[in-house]
Parts: sequence; structure tokens; C-alpha cells
Amino acid sequence: MKFLENIVDKMEPKFSKGGKLEKWNPVFESFITLAFTPKHTTKLGSHIRDGVDLKRTMITVIIAMVPALLFGIYNTGHWQMVASSGNLDLAYGAMFWGKVIAGAAVVLPLIIVSYGVGLGIEFIFAMRRGHPLHEGFLVSGMLIPLIMPADVPLWMVGVATAFAVIIGKEIFGGTGMNILNIALTARAFLFFAYPTSMSGDKVWMSGQEADGMSGATALGDLASFMTPDAVLRGETLEAGSNVMDKFTSEYTLYDSFMGFIPGSIGETSTFAILIGAAILLITGVGSLRIIASFFAGGFLMGVILNAAGGPYLDLPPLYHLVIGGFAFGAVFMATDPVSAAQTANGKIIYGLLGGMISIVIRVLNPAYPEGVFLAILFMNVMAPIIDHYVIASNIKKRLKRVKTA
Amino acid sequence: MSKTVRLRKGLDIRLIGAASKVRTEAQVPKTVSIRPADFHGMTPKMLLKEGEQVKIGDIVFQDKYSDTIKYASPVNGTLKAIVRGAKRKIEEIVISADATQDFDGGTPIDYASLSGEEVKSTMLAAGLWPFVRQRPLDVVADPKNEPKAIFVSAFDSSPLAPDFDFVVHGKEKEFQAGLDAISKLTIGKVHLTLNGKSPADATFKEAKGVQINTIVGKHPAGNVGTQIHHVDPINKGEFVWTLNAQDVAIIGRYFLTGKYNAKRTIALTGSEIKDPQYIDTIIGANVADILKGKITGDNVRVISGNVLTGNKIEQDGHLGFYHNQITVIPEGDQLKFFLTKGWLGPGFDKFSNSRLFPTFLIANKKFRLDTNLNGEERAFVVTGELDKVFPFDILPMQLVKAAITNDIDGMENLGIYEVAPEDFALCEYVCTSKIDIQDKIRQGLDVIAEECM
Repeated sequence: MKFLENIVDKMEPKFSKGGKLEKWNPVFESFITLAFTPKHTTKLGSHIRDGVDLKRTMITVIIAMVPALLFGIYNTGHWQMVASSGNLDLAYGAMFWGKVIAGAAVVLPLIIVSYGVGLGIEFIFAMRRGHPLHEGFLVSGMLIPLIMPADVPLWMVGVATAFAVIIGKEIFGGTGMNILNIALTARAFLFFAYPTSMSGDKVWMSGQEADGMSGATALGDLASFMTPDAVLRGETLEAGSNVMDKFTSEYTLYDSFMGFIPGSIGETSTFAILIGAAILLITGVGSLRIIASFFAGGFLMGVILNAAGGPYLDLPPLYHLVIGGFAFGAVFMATDPVSAAQTANGKIIYGLLGGMISIVIRVLNPAYPEGVFLAILFMNVMAPIIDHYVIASNIKKRLKRVKTA
Repeated sequence: MSKTVRLRKGLDIRLIGAASKVRTEAQVPKTVSIRPADFHGMTPKMLLKEGEQVKIGDIVFQDKYSDTIKYASPVNGTLKAIVRGAKRKIEEIVISADATQDFDGGTPIDYASLSGEEVKSTMLAAGLWPFVRQRPLDVVADPKNEPKAIFVSAFDSSPLAPDFDFVVHGKEKEFQAGLDAISKLTIGKVHLTLNGKSPADATFKEAKGVQINTIVGKHPAGNVGTQIHHVDPINKGEFVWTLNAQDVAIIGRYFLTGKYNAKRTIALTGSEIKDPQYIDTIIGANVADILKGKITGDNVRVISGNVLTGNKIEQDGHLGFYHNQITVIPEGDQLKFFLTKGWLGPGFDKFSNSRLFPTFLIANKKFRLDTNLNGEERAFVVTGELDKVFPFDILPMQLVKAAITNDIDGMENLGIYEVAPEDFALCEYVCTSKIDIQDKIRQGLDVIAEECM
């Protein structure tokens, strides 16, 4: 590595203050600090510092997403083949490499667009502010493609990413300063700006012909059982239990858990997501408090709605945890430390409410079959209030000490 | 009424280079120095000029704004230099020491019959007062205040810290005399807190006239701040005074002999020290002779104090006023290629409180850590990591943020009166965003000192 170091030493004066390429220093710094942990030593305070830094933390999150990504590529390929061949009974394991290639052809461009647009904007802001690139977008850039439907046009991903990075993050001051989760901001933008490309039954299978086949997600199917459509088809609301039987036979719990169903690229396989969750929890990067309480909140709400009864309300609570984006949201979205609650007790409340509201939106509002991302965005906004009350209780304890003494 | 406290939070940083229990007497240093920066916020007013002779215990300077607090020379010699920095601020007062010193002599003081005020004025006049520090603010105590308690920690839990049991062994009489004297300074109790992990030396265990508490846990269990918080927390408007255990013995020695004797046993530690051990020397001593032939490697950092809170000094610098150890560790000013030694490397040489390095699986490995920042400064991103090493019922990140934003109300409410920068040393160590937290807390305390005290 000595020769690389020599190159760096040679190039450094050009980019440092007074050098020819001074303006480009943030870009130069970003690449150098990627290749080398810099020479910076401690100046104030503690003379030694923990080995951990933000780069290592962020790369761990990306590694945790890899199982969901790989599965997402294969699953996308599978449903593309199903859609193009019209053969609904295509075995899931058949034509393995064909599906991998087909899936990669869809997913990789999404990733490239997301990173390209996002990092481009981040570099512009970094140069304006004169600091090297901050690591936050490394994770957001991977999250964005994973929560997109496979067939979303690339330009939309680009626009959404630009919106999320500029409005969601940079106007607040960059990494660590944002109020909302960046990736969810991108998705929310697309959901409301281009709803036809983000929901319904036409977008979840790549390469689907417009006629003939329903390519809805499990959630879409579930929701449509209660829409006027369903009534027109003669499936009356009274037949609630039948509807649920039909649903559970079409989507078995096992298939839904493993992810053999259509959906956004990274969200379908709860199994792959749980591998990621294990990585996050073992390394301590993800908050156990948030993940566990989010799942608990979702399950609890499922039980409560079961008790209330009704067509959609009857879905077994476990199903809620494995279909749609629930698991993905709990593990990768809600745990974003910047936009989540920051106090230990606050995290539990945040997760619990997030899980519950996800299911409430999903079940009680058929217009939004996917409630998870709206619930998390809502909790992002509420997180400072939760923290405020947790902090207030800490302050109260201290004041009480004075009074009793 | 002794209290036992168990801590669940904290972190012991396992470093190579703990001192073996061998004690050698260092020769009289060529120079000693007093650094006003050791006494935060104090502006010295010189009473002697360069070139003047001084004797042990002579007052060299006093606090300009609190002129009863005086600072004494620890040696016989000549005032060699008054080192000034920007705006003529006095940075260091260097005294060249005579070859022979007479640390004995003087007439004992019958402290048992003295009142609290008399003990106080005796200590002030003798230049012993700077050993007494106060919370809140973590500065030299203001003699006008009434402390509700005095805290002395009987152990130091910081990395490679000297073993106080070994250091004070055989100084029972001096230590007890010191406790007796300082107990007259407060209407409350003197608390002596022992380490629950190992049996304490008889000097501590059999100390009289004090409340003996026990604390069990990882660092910062040995910090007085932690002990105060769990035994008798400070509320707004209250004062607690704290002393270093060795300094209590120095005060006791003064009352027993009538002469200021600033001898202190320090630990010479760190991975870059050949044969780390204990050394008897003097407060403020030049470390050049002590370190001669002891340092391995040529790119090292010499620290007066421990790696978490000490000051960087030159290889011919001087021991700090409150420090009990010298630590020498490698400098980390090299580029580290990301896949081998850098941020994405396997990291078998990295110690981390997170579980992002495989070393978290190896419970007893000791590390040779350098001064590299291991990253770059960022905004706070990761939450909850500071709480893991901060055994206070205080929200650390919120308090640091209040300090950064000069939010006086916020700092008061969140407990700034209970903390000192050293309590946040571990927070600073573990911070993923590499923020200089101790400095932020010090700045916050400065604002509080100006606005609220």
C-alpha cells in the first residue's frame, strides 16, 4: 500500500488550501478517507478513541441489507418470468440463473440510479459546505431501490431520490440533521406524486402485460376483497371468513415468510430481513428496543383488530408481520437512529406506536394498503415529542430530589 | 451508614503496559513546573520574579481574583522562567531545583485543636488549598463556600491507573491526619469510597471519622463524580469538595511535620514504556530523567495523567498538578489502508465498545492503542452508545447537546451541576462521531460559571 500512500502524498498539496484544485478538496478527501482511515490524531480530551466510526457503522447496515437484496433480485426475476410466460404455476426454484439474470437486469439499474443521483447531489452540497462526503446516503441509497416496485421507471427513482436528499436532508444540514427517514421520503414522494406507478395491481411484477393477470401484492389482494370491486364480483362483506380462507390459501404463511410473493424488491422475504436483523442486533447497530417493540406493536394491534372482527380485521396477526413492508420497515426503516426517538424509553414507545399505527392504516384505510411507511414517517415526526416527555420525566426526578431533601 | 453501589454501565479499556508493583525513587528533578492551566479558570498573579530564590513551601503566585488561594513551590531552587503565551498569558512557571532538598524539618501542627476556619486558613497560607477541588464546575474550591460533603476516592479505575492501595500503603498516619484535618472543613460527612472488586489496603479500610462506601463496577466507578452521584448527589446551589487520595496524605504530612512535602508516587505506564513501574517523585517534576531510556519506539505521545483525561506533554515536560501517572502510547498519525488497518479491516487490533470488531469476543485481550482518531468528526448519528458507558441518571447526549448550544436552562435541568469533563471521558472515547465531548462539557461549565454561579 506504500505506493498508494505516496500517490496520496503527492496529490495532497494540489487539493489543499492554496492549491490548484482547492475547490475539489471535499471530493478528494471523500475518496482518500474511503481508501485510508486518515492521519487525524486526537487533539482535545481523550487521547485514544474507539475503533468504530460512521463508515464502519454504515457499511454494517448495508451488509445487513444484502440478504434482502439478493432475495429481492431473484424474486423479481421469478415474477417477471411468471408474468411474461403467463404460467402461474412456475416452480419457484426452476430456472435459477435465468431468474437471477432477469432480476439483476431490473434491480441493478435502480441501484445505480439511486446512488448516482443521491451521491451526485451530496457531492455538490459537500463542496459548497467544504466538508467531505458524510456517510448517511450510503445506506439511504441502498434502501431506496429496495422499497420500490420492480417496474418503477428509472427517471422516477431519480426524481424521488433528488427530492429526498435535498428536501429531506440537505436543507436541514445533512447527515444527522434530518427529521424524516430519507428513503421513506423518496417513497412517499413517489406514492403521492405518481400513485399509479406505486400501487394497484399493475406494478409489482416486472414486464407484466397489461391484460389478463392480476399482479397485486398480498396487501393489494387483501384490500381489494373489501372494495366495491369485490362486492361486484359477488364476494359480499358477510362472507368475511370465506375471504380470509381464500386469502390464506393463496398466500400461505410459509410463502409469505420466505418471500415467494410479489411486492417491493426488498420487502417480500421476512426471512432474509430477519437475517439482516440478526446482523444489526449482534453488532449492536440496530436498536433491539425499536425492532422488538415495533413487531410487538404490530402483533398487538392485529390481536385487537381480530377481537373487533370484520372482513379484513380477521387476518391472523402473524400474517401482518410477514406480508407487505412491515418487517422491512421494522428492521431497516424504524431503526434509523437519526429520525427515530433517541432516548432508551422513547425508543420502546416509538416502536410500539409505529407498529400499531402501521396495522391501523393498513387495515382500516383501504386507500393505503401499505401503511408501514406512512406510520414510520408519522412516528419520525412524533419522535421529538416522545423524547421531550422522556427527558421531562428525567428532569422531574432531579427536581423531586431537591424537594425531598 | 455506609453505602454499597453496584454499577451496570461503564467500560474498562484494556491496555498493555500496567505498572508492576515495584517502586523506585527518582532523583531530584532538574526542574519542576506549575501550570496555571491545571487549575481551570484561574489567573495567576506572580509574587516572585524570574531569577529569585525559592524555598520549599514558599508562595510563588496567588489567584488574581481570589487572592487567599496561594500556590507553593515544591522544591528549593530558583525561579527559572515564567513562560508566557498569547496576550502574555502565563502558561508555565518553571523552577530549577537545587541538587539537594530538605523535605523534612518544620514543627508539627496540633490540628486536633484547630477549628474548621483555622484549618482552612492554615491550608490556604501553606499553599495546600489547590488540592481541594469543588463540584459543580470542577475547579479549585472556593474557600468561601460551605460544602455539604467531601469525597475522596480510594481507587482510580481509569485505564492503567496506579493502584492506590499500593501507593498509600504504609502512609496510614499521614492519610488519617489528612482526613481528620479536612473533615473539619465541612459540616457534612467525609466520604471515602472503596473499590468493591478487590480488598482495600488497611490505610483505607481502617480510616476513621469518615463514611466508608463501596462501589462495584467498571470505569468510571473510581471517579468521584460517579460516587457523588450515587451516594449524595449535588443539587443546584450545593457544593461538594473532592480530593485525590494521595493529596490527602500530602495535607496530612503537612500537619504532622509542619512542612510542605509534595512527594507523590506515580505510575509509569503505557505500551511504549519498557518495564512499567511505580516511581516516587515530586508534583510538577520534569519527566525527562524519569523517561530516559524507558521509551521504546520514536513516534510516541507522552501523557501526564491517564489516556482518557491527561494532558499531552513533551518528553522533557512536567508532571501535572493532579496527576498520578505518566502514560506513553504510540502516535497514530499514519494513513491506514481501509482493508488492512483502516475502517473496513478485520480489526483484531482495535478495541471497541461496539460489537463491530471481532475483538468483542475476546474477553481478556489487552490492546496497544494509538492516538489515531479512527475516523472523522461527524454530527451525532448513533444514539444510545453514550448511555452504555455513563452510569449516571443523566441523559448524556441531551446534556452534551445543551452544552454545545449554550442552552443554560437545558444544562441546569439535565444535571450539569453534577458532572465534570472527566465523567464524560468514556463517552468521548466511544463516540462514533468523534466529537470532543469533554471540551464541550467544559465550555458548558464555563457558561454556567459565568451566568449562574
